[in-house]
Amino acid sequence: MTEKTVEMTEASLFPGKRRLPQVNPVYFVLAALLCAIALSNPNFLEPPGYLNFLKRAAPLAILAAGQIYVIVSGGFDLSVGSVITLTVVGSSMLLDNNDDATWWVILVMFAIGAAVGLINGLVVSYLRVPSLIATLGMMITLNGAAFMWSSGSPRGYLPDTFRFFGRYNIKGMPLIQFLPVALIVLVVVGIALFWLMHRTNLGRLLHAIGDNPRAAQMSGVPVERIRIFAFVISSLSGVTAGILLGGFAGVSTDVGTGYELQAITATVIGGAQLLGGRGSVPASIAGALTLAAIFTLLNFIGLPKPTRDVVQGLILIVAVVLATYRRNRAGGR
Amino acid sequence: MISLANLARPFARERMERQAPAFLLAAAIMIYAVTALSLGLTRFLTPEAAISILNRSIALGMTAAGQTFAILVASIDLSVAHLISASAVLASVIMNGEPSMIIPAILASMTLGVVVGTLNGLLITKLEVNPLIATLGMSLVIQGCLASFYTSFSGRVPSEFQFFAYGEVSGLPFSLLVLIALVLLAWLLLRFTRFGSNIYSVGGNRDTARAAGIKTARVVVAAHIICSLCAALAGLYLASRLKSGSPWIGSEGAYDLESIAVVVIGGTVLSGGRGGIWGTTAGVVIFSLIDSIFNLAGIDAFAKQVMRGIIIVAAVAFYAVRSKRMVA
Repeated sequence: MTEKTVEMTEASLFPGKRRLPQVNPVYFVLAALLCAIALSNPNFLEPPGYLNFLKRAAPLAILAAGQIYVIVSGGFDLSVGSVITLTVVGSSMLLDNNDDATWWVILVMFAIGAAVGLINGLVVSYLRVPSLIATLGMMITLNGAAFMWSSGSPRGYLPDTFRFFGRYNIKGMPLIQFLPVALIVLVVVGIALFWLMHRTNLGRLLHAIGDNPRAAQMSGVPVERIRIFAFVISSLSGVTAGILLGGFAGVSTDVGTGYELQAITATVIGGAQLLGGRGSVPASIAGALTLAAIFTLLNFIGLPKPTRDVVQGLILIVAVVLATYRRNRAGGR
Repeated sequence: MISLANLARPFARERMERQAPAFLLAAAIMIYAVTALSLGLTRFLTPEAAISILNRSIALGMTAAGQTFAILVASIDLSVAHLISASAVLASVIMNGEPSMIIPAILASMTLGVVVGTLNGLLITKLEVNPLIATLGMSLVIQGCLASFYTSFSGRVPSEFQFFAYGEVSGLPFSLLVLIALVLLAWLLLRFTRFGSNIYSVGGNRDTARAAGIKTARVVVAAHIICSLCAALAGLYLASRLKSGSPWIGSEGAYDLESIAVVVIGGTVLSGGRGGIWGTTAGVVIFSLIDSIFNLAGIDAFAKQVMRGIIIVAAVAFYAVRSKRMVA
């Protein structure tokens, strides 16, 4: 306690002696992991290697970039996994192998996603249900809805026009031979969400209500509306991830299972603070890539799936321990 | 500005919070009775039917009793589901059909519970890991360890141990009696011991509790040990019921999320410090009643799931909506 005080006064007394601007350690971790992958598999350095890696990681990265909105505002969104499932199953039901329907089906899916986020936000803001329970209820409901919609046995096919986003590669690019559409989607979504979170007033308000909702409310922040907005963004990112996943995964009622926890894990690896007030979009995306890199690496080493679970669990804990340690040392809260 | 009316209002609100589970329980019982009567299924209104309804959620009840402790200290335990599987498999593998190995198997399961609970508690208190993340990580570790050794039903439970799930004592199922004993024990612990009141203080405000001289870390660790022990007990029950240990029994039953939902429906607040075991008990009964109502009404499994999700949220909203507290 005393040490901390001393440290803080020192910093304020000698502003020139402040530490170097802190770089989020997730970027170093990610870089190290990518090097490790490259060492264990030189093919990774060829464009097909890393582009396919990015392509496969894109859905999780988009999901994490959306999830961070809810996390920063102080909540959780456990419903995104089921939003993915609903998107994939619902699209296959609506499309019914009809190529021409792709565009309006995608619009319908985004509308459903927005509605899901709106309901989550309204339930949390006005019914005062903790987001953990509200989105858990939504998860159970949507999974049931996906089952009902497909009568338990979804058709295993999506037309190529729909799979375009997840699967297609634009060929004949200079330098990198091909460019996956999924990667373009990731970059566009990532930049949009980055801008919204870190370059607009809205992002500042999100941080404010996550840090101290009471104080934010008293200073006139429309807490309810901002919170609803965060849930809508998260759900929409779920739909986007679902459309990409529909491109490379088959249609089944468990495509989205586990993605909600992976997305939260990714944001935590990216240094986000659970229960709000701290978090960044690029770091969350880096966190998602880190998670994907870990899986890829463990895959290369040839570890079976159960061992990968153990490693994921340990990494999750270690990431948080390190983040807490850093924060304590920096004298933050 | 401070008038009596202003002072009284928070208390009224708190009373409401305390009584809400009873309201919900009464409503659930009424809906069940009305459904049964209107369908002319009076045989579902007998005491035997009531016992069979209760008997359906023994494992959930045990897990939720433990989860109550974790949530009361403002923590949460997401590792219970896989711990249940691990405990079931461990017990059934050790027993392997030998009646003489029952005691060692039970001890091994309980030890596992203590170890997992201690680790969870230490991660949360000493390393200051967010409880959600700590127990989620623990859950992944347990699942991974379990899945790398066992992929299907393992071991065999001797018929003597099946008494736990199938035995009856003077007309009541033995497992139900165990659950009732567990609930009573939890109530005594929370209501009449210093440890119990420490749990409420730590959950209410950890810093204040520490300032008041309570060793908060110990209380949190103890609460997690109790939570994990209850989950291990639920694992033993499920092993006895399935006559063998299944490595997916816990995750299939979604005991992690269901137990949290039950505790919250029972009026225990996720932010800790308020609630109790009777609310959780009401929550468990409400859950089995909901299931029974759906079964009576013949609603199909998928629609059942949809309605279940809505009911969980609606039930929590029922009393949360009145609170002025900020939630996240």
